[in-house]
Amino acid sequence: MKVLITGIAGAHAQLVALRLVERGHEVLGIDVRPWQGAPRGVKIFQTDVRKRPAADVFRVHRPKVVIHMATVTHFDASREQRYRVNLRGTQAVFKHCNDFGVEEAVFVGRHTIYGAAADAPLYRNEDEPPLAVSTFPELADLVAADLYASRALWSCKNMRTVVLRIVYALGPSGRGTLASFLAGPRVPMALGFDPLFHVMHEDDAAKAIVLAAESKIAGVFNIAGPPPVPLSVLCQATGRTAVPIPEGMLPRVLGRFGLPHLPRGALTHLKHPVVVDNSAFGEATGFDYHWDEHATMGSFRDASILRERRGL
Amino acid sequence: MLRQATSPEVRERIEALDLPFNRWGLDPYGVSKAHLGLFLTSLGVLYKHYFRVRAHNIQRVPSSGPVMLISNHSGGLPVDAGMILASMFFDHDPPRLAHGMVEKFAQNWPFLSPWFSRVGQLPGLPEHAKRLLTDGRVLMAFPEGARGTGKLYRDRYQLVRFGTGFMRIALEVGIPIVPLAFIGGEEAIPTVYHAKALAKLFKAPYVPITPYLLPLPLPVHCEIHYGEPMQFSGSGNEPDDVIEGHVAKVKERIEQLIADGRSSRSRNLADTP
Repeated sequence: MKVLITGIAGAHAQLVALRLVERGHEVLGIDVRPWQGAPRGVKIFQTDVRKRPAADVFRVHRPKVVIHMATVTHFDASREQRYRVNLRGTQAVFKHCNDFGVEEAVFVGRHTIYGAAADAPLYRNEDEPPLAVSTFPELADLVAADLYASRALWSCKNMRTVVLRIVYALGPSGRGTLASFLAGPRVPMALGFDPLFHVMHEDDAAKAIVLAAESKIAGVFNIAGPPPVPLSVLCQATGRTAVPIPEGMLPRVLGRFGLPHLPRGALTHLKHPVVVDNSAFGEATGFDYHWDEHATMGSFRDASILRERRGL
Repeated sequence: MLRQATSPEVRERIEALDLPFNRWGLDPYGVSKAHLGLFLTSLGVLYKHYFRVRAHNIQRVPSSGPVMLISNHSGGLPVDAGMILASMFFDHDPPRLAHGMVEKFAQNWPFLSPWFSRVGQLPGLPEHAKRLLTDGRVLMAFPEGARGTGKLYRDRYQLVRFGTGFMRIALEVGIPIVPLAFIGGEEAIPTVYHAKALAKLFKAPYVPITPYLLPLPLPVHCEIHYGEPMQFSGSGNEPDDVIEGHVAKVKERIEQLIADGRSSRSRNLADTP
């Protein structure tokens, strides 16, 4: 099967590509960034998904399956850049998929779009509305991209569309939203709160994405691994020091004193959980996780220690 | 620190709970063995020594599988919920963890909010009730809601309007209901007045004022009378009048249990030397 991955130079996308190659698929990739050391059998096109050369990749190579992972989740990028990549990029990819006979499009989204709120259910299923649009306005571009991709379920009748909402992926790569949050030795917590964090190993996340691409499924699916853990346990298991800070002081101290920078909307995630119910995906594909929460957090901790020792 | 403060009896009974704890001592809802240990050790002192609770016919609650405990509500503060939870843990064999439904406003309270979660008391949402029951847990509900705990002392043991949500959930999930009467809560915190301005400040529905001002519970002997399980058939989508008919049967059963319980409690108190 010929599979095109957008955003292939990202750490988690690379894991997906390697798994696809291992399973005998032909892999193509688009990214503005290079992938140094890409394995043989993976063909990289260094371009922007919104530019004409990207359309040519679809036109010339005619991939059967497209896995769209070219989204920006970190907040170092400007709002305009996030909007361009996340929403306009998703629009361009789905247009190419529809125009060039792609049989299946897999959009890799985030569970954070459900948003953290005091009155939200602990386990969110796929029918839950994306509260992040109001509780975490800085995520509006990702919410819009997710909903735009979901629109293809009914508008692109000749293509199967799969929208995945994946929990935080953590692992030895040390990349991703949660890994950035846990990058420093001190991790901020809202004093008096200890929300559950839903985390899965990055290898399991890659396994789930590949399974979605290989299975003849369509729809919106939550992806998760082991049950969630409190933020305090996450800090302890990854060798970080949790620093409880009164809620009112958080906006003033984040980004200083070695604490990570977080946008204002993210503060709700330090108070209330965002946990998903992934039973629909399990029933549709038979997916089960391999790494439990202990091994997942431990793999991140061990790799961090190695990186720190090497001064990376 | 939490582990050291746990009594050996509580530790042993926590190990006997039929909950899927992982190696961090956490279940999928975030219930924590360590937090349960301290919480139930403290609750045990109140249950056995302060309120000297007696649980009658507790064997009527099934030993496994989903069940909904439906009780009268009273007392300004949820003493009844804590004591029912304690009875299921200390007096039921095997011990079971009763999950309560906490008011949503409490989720914004620092310190208390994570404690509620770690001991299995989730915000009062139908989604939580259905999921817990589908997972075979014990759900404790008070259909009178805040109207029940907000009752004044002069209205003690008079049931107010029951909500119908619990019945629709019980029918949808197809689980038995065990009605029960909690006796003593009304005397433990005799509410004579509601401080509305203070309630607004705490974003709570009311703040009870007692004759001795503070809403601290008195060491009153309490009793819990468990009734026979009731099973209703339906899908949960029945018209209101059908659901209200089922709810009325549960309410009637609880009224009967309260009447029986109050007279038996009087006899028990009279027997106490």
